[in-house]
Amino acid sequence: MAIITYRDALNQALREEMQRDARVFLMGEEVGVYQGAYKVSKGLLQEFGEMRVVDTPITELGFAGVGVGAAMVGLRPIIEFMTWNFALLAMDQVVNVAAKLLYMSGGQFNIPIVFRGPNGAALQLGAQHSQAWESWLAHIPGLKVVAPGTPYDAKGLLKAAIRDDNPVCVLEGEMLYNNKGEVPDGEYIVPLGVADLKRVGEHCTIVTWGKQVLVAMAAADQLAKDGITVDVVDLRSIRPLDERAIIDSVRKTNRCVVLEEGWYFAGVGAQITDLVQRECFDDLDSPVIRVTQADAPMPYAKGLEKAAKADMPKTIAAVRRVLYLD
Amino acid sequence: MSAGGVTPSFNPLSPFIMAKRTLAAKTSPKTAASAPAGDAERTLHLSLLRSMLLQRRFEERCAEAYAIGRIGGFCHLYIGQEAVSTGTLSHLRPDDYMITTYRDHGQALARGITPRAVMAELFGRIDGCAGGKGGSMHMFDKETGFLGGHGIVGGHLPIATGVGFAIKYRGGDQVICCFFGEAAVNNGAFHEALNMAALWKLPVLFIIENNRYGMGTSVERASAINDIYQRAASYNMHRAMVDGQDVLAVRSAIEEAVGRARSEQSPTLLEMRTYRFMGHSMSDAVSGTYRSKAELEEYLKRDPIALLRAHMEERGTLTEQVMQELDTEIKAIVQDAWDFAEASPEPPLEALMEHVYVDTTSDTGNSAGGWS
Repeated sequence: MAIITYRDALNQALREEMQRDARVFLMGEEVGVYQGAYKVSKGLLQEFGEMRVVDTPITELGFAGVGVGAAMVGLRPIIEFMTWNFALLAMDQVVNVAAKLLYMSGGQFNIPIVFRGPNGAALQLGAQHSQAWESWLAHIPGLKVVAPGTPYDAKGLLKAAIRDDNPVCVLEGEMLYNNKGEVPDGEYIVPLGVADLKRVGEHCTIVTWGKQVLVAMAAADQLAKDGITVDVVDLRSIRPLDERAIIDSVRKTNRCVVLEEGWYFAGVGAQITDLVQRECFDDLDSPVIRVTQADAPMPYAKGLEKAAKADMPKTIAAVRRVLYLD
Repeated sequence: MSAGGVTPSFNPLSPFIMAKRTLAAKTSPKTAASAPAGDAERTLHLSLLRSMLLQRRFEERCAEAYAIGRIGGFCHLYIGQEAVSTGTLSHLRPDDYMITTYRDHGQALARGITPRAVMAELFGRIDGCAGGKGGSMHMFDKETGFLGGHGIVGGHLPIATGVGFAIKYRGGDQVICCFFGEAAVNNGAFHEALNMAALWKLPVLFIIENNRYGMGTSVERASAINDIYQRAASYNMHRAMVDGQDVLAVRSAIEEAVGRARSEQSPTLLEMRTYRFMGHSMSDAVSGTYRSKAELEEYLKRDPIALLRAHMEERGTLTEQVMQELDTEIKAIVQDAWDFAEASPEPPLEALMEHVYVDTTSDTGNSAGGWS
């Protein structure tokens, strides 16, 4: 086991999959000469050349469509969005084309493409650069959506995404790229649609994914000091959703908090809450509580931004509330 | 090819006089001065006539099928524009690709999807070329490299650039033809797609079917310049305006552009000046709101089928009898397509949840279409 960063784990996944399959190529803004806006693609241009590591103009709709077209005729593109915020310009290609071509063509054209990049807020980047889009993307039949929270999951999920024959959106985290964690030396895959129980406890289940896994783990540490232990169910994949993992955990703990980075209204947490009330109605000892970003665009001012985010204190408060401790 | 000797200007009622043409009958040196017609010419022109006539008769029956509820949803007929599809696609190789808009029935037929499969798709039946899941606007056929009818104006242009990228990536000499209406040039996707195709030198033919109206908005009311092929200048891209009612002119422009795409892998923007003889869709009157009856009648004088027919008669390659026989044969083919579609079952309800995802990966056997 090596200890490497989330960034390097993604880099290894890209390199290994491009070595493995000549149809795989990487395309996006600054992925080549600049070595990646966040250096995820460092060294790849030198190793694979400019036909396989393609710098694009700033043209999200355009190069997302280029990826879809290349995938239609047999290539396996990885499209990097510098951030998912910019991918809004490309939504017609992601939603109307990549997700639907298989269905509209009666099964003739599947689209083996990966759309990836950082999702959600970093620090003081303001309203247009601080948004978490998983509820939008997971809403669409035909797309798969994953959000790794650790270097291990980042590498394994990205490799699985590249090999999948469907369009897969990989939501990374700007604040995660420097985080370190254990990654095996040999080849491995983290299958899509399989959650991971990151912490085992008995009093409450925290369901989360992506960057919020770290928030949940920190909250779990704090709660443990008061003798409260929690299951942390890291979904890893939002679609397909590992419903079994959520149900099994809630039936054990009888309480559930859903922690997500994005907004409250029609968030992914609403979907999970729906699942829990349907499948665990008789097991619940309290209502499900959701911890989300404040229902407002992200402010710039430090204090306001902190107040807006779904953070550790809010998660702890939610767990205490479902336990009727406060 | 730059403008090919064309003077950039626009005259709504005589849009073809400026364009490259071959079928100008007696005034054309190409026809007047050329040698007597040989078998090759006769065979070619008959095949072009057959292709256009098939589209015409097919679309006429579609209008009928729509009126009695066999075809539902939005339905956009291709009548009047047949020279563009036939002239273009008759020049492609089987391993080339094409992609188009929602006005896709004629092009599907011209590319070689069977009338049965197209009609069954329109009827929403299981034997349709998309299994009944696409409908009028979304024809697909992997076998013939028909990459779809797409429903969002301009949205398929970047896809065409991507197919061009894949061709270059694999080191092939195929081309992709991308059809779209003149209204799409005002969309950001047009700019993004053409810029990258020119920047990276990709074998893409961007073919504007300028039928004068984006739904009910004329080109003069939508585009800051009317000679819209000149937009290619922004990308240092080869370009030309072509008489889109003249199937031989279309073929000749395509031949030049395809040759350049295969040998130099460079893209071309072709503006085909054409006209739809029907409304935008089935709910749109043929004339009266945004275009006058007089205008329509003026354009009807340049029916692409009538033009080729007159040319062939002049060249001695077509008789009235052969024309009648051809028409009878094609009507029978279309009737057969109708009968086939009517007899084809509707998709079973299990089909509802099929084809949302594939359950394969590159380890289990990739279904992505191979390498060629």
